[in-house]
Amino acid sequence: MSIRGETRLWIAQRASAAVLALCVLVHLAVIVYAVRGGLTGAEILARTRGNAAWFAFYSVFVLAVTVHAPIGLRAVLGEWLAWRGRSRDAVLLLFAMLLAWMGMRAVLAVFA
Amino acid sequence: MSKWVAHVHRVSGIALALFLPAHFWVLGQGLEMDGVLRWTEQPLVKVAEWGLVVLLAAHLGGGLRVLALEFLPWRDWQKSLAAAAAALTLGWGLAFALAL
Repeated sequence: MSIRGETRLWIAQRASAAVLALCVLVHLAVIVYAVRGGLTGAEILARTRGNAAWFAFYSVFVLAVTVHAPIGLRAVLGEWLAWRGRSRDAVLLLFAMLLAWMGMRAVLAVFA
Repeated sequence: MSKWVAHVHRVSGIALALFLPAHFWVLGQGLEMDGVLRWTEQPLVKVAEWGLVVLLAAHLGGGLRVLALEFLPWRDWQKSLAAAAAALTLGWGLAFALAL
């Protein structure tokens, strides 16, 4: 990949990290709040479905993760497994698409 | 300590990336998720859930440290940032354990 491309990935990684820092703080608080007294699917969905604010929040969360996780794995695959080049980027692009699809499917199921 | 925090940051990131598709799959099932929720009542699964929350807090702490090192001018705070990352991880792990 060109230096410009690498720079863009670096910027995307840091920008998504800044978004995720806020998202993860909120998510950790939600987890600790939500698990008190046990969980059932109906209980979760009764609180979440139709909530536009949480739908928007978790949509942003999923999209930021979709950018962040594959770029992070890219560095790990390059440094630890010496896997570089187009095949690595193609596999990571597929992983990003999988995360986006599965993540938005989950957001729609829980919040829409 | 900074080296260890960087290592934890990386390993927690890999683990979280691998966990995400499973997490999304369960949530994507809607009301059918109850079967999986019953499975998560087992003690060993609860320990694993606690581990995931700790990994998420660890990755957040490590990530905040990286952002501070790269974007803020003070470099002599490295040790404090590493300690803050570790404290955030332990704190959230404890909060989750108490809430279970």
